[in-house]
Amino acid sequence: MVEYRIDRHSGVATYVQIVQQTKQALRLGVLQAGDKLPTAREVVEATAINPNTVLKAYRELERDGLVEARRGVGTFVRRGLNTTPADSPLRTELDAWAVRAREAALDRDDVAALFTAVLDEHFAAPDPNGRTDLHSRTDRADAPVRPSRTDLHDMHDRHDRHDPNPGDPS
Amino acid sequence: MTDTAMAATALGKRFGRRGGWALRDCTFRLPAGRVCAVVGPNGAGKSTLLALAAGLLAPTEGRVTVLGTDPASARARVGYVAQDKPLYPQLSVAETLRVGADLNPGRWDAETAERIVSAGDLDPRKKIRSLSGGQRTRVALALALGKRPELLLLDEPMADLDPLARHELMGTLMARAAQYGTTIVMSSHVVAELEDSCDHLLLVGGGRVRLAGEIDDLLAAHTRVSTATGSTGPTSEDGSPDSAPGGLPELAPHTVVESRVTGRQLTALVRPAGPLPDDWRTSTPSLEELVLAYLRNPQAAPLTPAEPEEAAV
Repeated sequence: MVEYRIDRHSGVATYVQIVQQTKQALRLGVLQAGDKLPTAREVVEATAINPNTVLKAYRELERDGLVEARRGVGTFVRRGLNTTPADSPLRTELDAWAVRAREAALDRDDVAALFTAVLDEHFAAPDPNGRTDLHSRTDRADAPVRPSRTDLHDMHDRHDRHDPNPGDPS
Repeated sequence: MTDTAMAATALGKRFGRRGGWALRDCTFRLPAGRVCAVVGPNGAGKSTLLALAAGLLAPTEGRVTVLGTDPASARARVGYVAQDKPLYPQLSVAETLRVGADLNPGRWDAETAERIVSAGDLDPRKKIRSLSGGQRTRVALALALGKRPELLLLDEPMADLDPLARHELMGTLMARAAQYGTTIVMSSHVVAELEDSCDHLLLVGGGRVRLAGEIDDLLAAHTRVSTATGSTGPTSEDGSPDSAPGGLPELAPHTVVESRVTGRQLTALVRPAGPLPDDWRTSTPSLEELVLAYLRNPQAAPLTPAEPEEAAV
């Protein structure tokens, strides 16, 4: 089971933090295919954030094909994310590269900047806070629709009601 | 069943015949299942609004409906915690919860009420009068939640609580909203306290509703802009901040909430009326920035739903 930690001062939208932490857990193998995500109720009870924020994050994960909501049961991991084991050839090459960078007197920040620059060349940049660009008004129609409580009950909470110990906070 | 938890039409309240208006021209609609922040400075009318919704005050003009009916008829389904957390001082904690059970036959959730109280390490035999402010808040919230309300009205619920209790009880409230779709309305003058927990906002200032709506929609309707001023800025030559919105020709078509000129830099919070120039730097404001901009500028045009929607009846 994954536990979310919300940083109010990070400048990253709360639902994006949940998405990122879920993906991180998938990369690290903390979450694997078939695992159940915590219910919206469990997340908000621990974090005091709005339930819709959790549902928004789960819907985004669902759109990415990473999880699926099973009506009345909960939200489950469909697949893990590509993980790179510690002994993979890619990691070995990167390790050797880091050694050479160090020999070339690059410090940590130099290496990070260089690596980010190369990353940017090869991969689309992630939206830093995940918000739709609100200034290109034409895109607004594509913006995610806010969740309704109906979704909430359908996706995550029916099973709560059938929980044998609904009052148990642990 | 209605999908509107609370609606007001031209609601106003004046205390005494010659007193000033505590609240006036208040029109909004709160959909069911939302967690709504009622935000505003001291004396803005927040408590008056909540007391009107709870049916403890009668409106001077206009009307308010809760859960599709008048406040008095809805009382069994509404939980209300007033700012001063009124409880019977001579009763013990356990006796207070028993009163809650007796007054709410058929609805009372003893387990929830007891869990909230015991999470605070409260001795049930202790008298209410010997409790601290934060402990009284805990008992008051236990009473309100034990009632299994469909609508919870909480006036400054977090003010007396330490950070740990605040987080725990806010978590309890959010879990309630997640599990039962309970509508929660809570007031505070600290916006940051509510930012993560609420999805709907009512900003009250000077007895009026200044902003009302879904927080995401309100944020999306506003843009923070910054740009270099032309030589046209009326007060830019002496570099003094220009706090007169609308006075800057650059901003002309847009609704200006707040604008400021510092040197050659123009920064403003606007509701764009159309596309903004490409060379302007723009960003989405945070909730706190938005609220503070409106509070600093009482003359800024309010943004509230045009009509209270007929579903309110």
